[in-house]
Amino acid sequence: MNAFSVILFYSATSSIWTARLLKKAGIERKMVPIPRYLSSDCGYCVRIKSDDIPRVREVLEKGGVEFARIEAWK
Amino acid sequence: MNPPAGTPDKLIYFDNAATTFPKPQAVVDAVVDYMTRIGGNPGRSGHQLSIDAGEIVFSAREAVASLFGVTNPMRVIFCSNATDALNLAIQGMLHDGGHAVTTAMEHNSTIRPLRELERRGGVEVTVVPSPGGVVDPADFEKALRSDTRLAVVNHASNAFGIIQPLGAIGDICRRRGVVLLADCAQTAGLVPIDMKKDPVDIIAFAGHKGLYGPTGTGGLLLSEGFDHGMMRPLKYGGTGSSSDSVYQPDFLPDMYESGTLNAAGLSGLCAGIKYIFSLQEGVRGIHLRKKDLAAYFLARAEERVRGFDPPASASLVETGVISFNIEGMEPSDVAYHLSDRYNIMCRAGLHCAPMAHRTMGTFPEGAVRFSFGVFNTKDEIDYAISALEEISAMKEAG
Repeated sequence: MNAFSVILFYSATSSIWTARLLKKAGIERKMVPIPRYLSSDCGYCVRIKSDDIPRVREVLEKGGVEFARIEAWK
Repeated sequence: MNPPAGTPDKLIYFDNAATTFPKPQAVVDAVVDYMTRIGGNPGRSGHQLSIDAGEIVFSAREAVASLFGVTNPMRVIFCSNATDALNLAIQGMLHDGGHAVTTAMEHNSTIRPLRELERRGGVEVTVVPSPGGVVDPADFEKALRSDTRLAVVNHASNAFGIIQPLGAIGDICRRRGVVLLADCAQTAGLVPIDMKKDPVDIIAFAGHKGLYGPTGTGGLLLSEGFDHGMMRPLKYGGTGSSSDSVYQPDFLPDMYESGTLNAAGLSGLCAGIKYIFSLQEGVRGIHLRKKDLAAYFLARAEERVRGFDPPASASLVETGVISFNIEGMEPSDVAYHLSDRYNIMCRAGLHCAPMAHRTMGTFPEGAVRFSFGVFNTKDEIDYAISALEEISAMKEAG
């Protein structure tokens, strides 16, 4: 498994919201430009450690944040 | 008289219902911070300055959501002012016709889009009389029909400071399955509203009035239970999302936020809301302070200004907004003298609310309006009373 994954969102607003929720939860995260191989959107997404995916899903569900999908970071 | 204020060096600003002035220094600093340190386009690029701009806009979104008890900040839609927001809600909700009910105390920002849709055809509008300035919820309910899609209620009059019984009307709307849009241009930051508890579906707010942000800010809040699929966008275009599609996204808030947001203004708006939260007793404290200033002014004006004639009952004035006339004088003349001779800024005329002035018996001449803000003082009111005494005496002298 790749060491990092990225969470893709429908709205750039959700990515900022997510980054804040993850920060509050003490989960390592970084906002990065959306990789072209994943989407043609021009904004940003949130990169996380792949090991944290279960915790991240929990935080997003609890916060009510909608996301499109989680993909491997290459 | 010996002016304690209102000298050429210090003007008195009583036009806070139009836009609040001065703004807290933190608001000015926040705008400058965005303009000088950040400057990126929120949500449009992946670089750090775009992310920083997005952070600022999101902070403003969270602040607005928090002010109105909304948990999900995605349900805040930024527009350029309350009129823009009201047009989005009204035109969006009635895009394929239907019946709308509103009050006789509306501002033109709601009645004009409603009447325009009616004129184009397909929309019918019922205006419920509001004798003395307050609509009776029972009368409002009688106006609802099986095809009523939208109720539009001015929360507080920009001309008379009178509040409508939003909770009672909201309960009726919920029971009858009608979406309620509240025009909170005059009450955001002044009268507490909790969208988790209060039965309001859509709130339109101005950022530059009671929230102390810059002009060019405002928006809508959508309650958690409101299905935004019912509301068509007013504008279509770039959102920074779903860029591979030539169709408008259907998710919040992008669906309604085409084009670059006013990030500089929203930076200031966020600081304005934080300023309100920082005040003792917050929103409730501001409400009490404005009520107190209005009562102080009314009591002294009634006693000392000859021919002083406020159309609204003093007990109904809630938001620090008072309209009045001086018998035998044109409101525009009174406002001109106040500005020219005494450096007191206020607004005369119909205040973009001809229907409210008709309801209150001051159409077509209008009235002089004083609207107080958090920075106004009783000293300033004392000075204004003395000025009005002199102006009313000018009339007596002919």
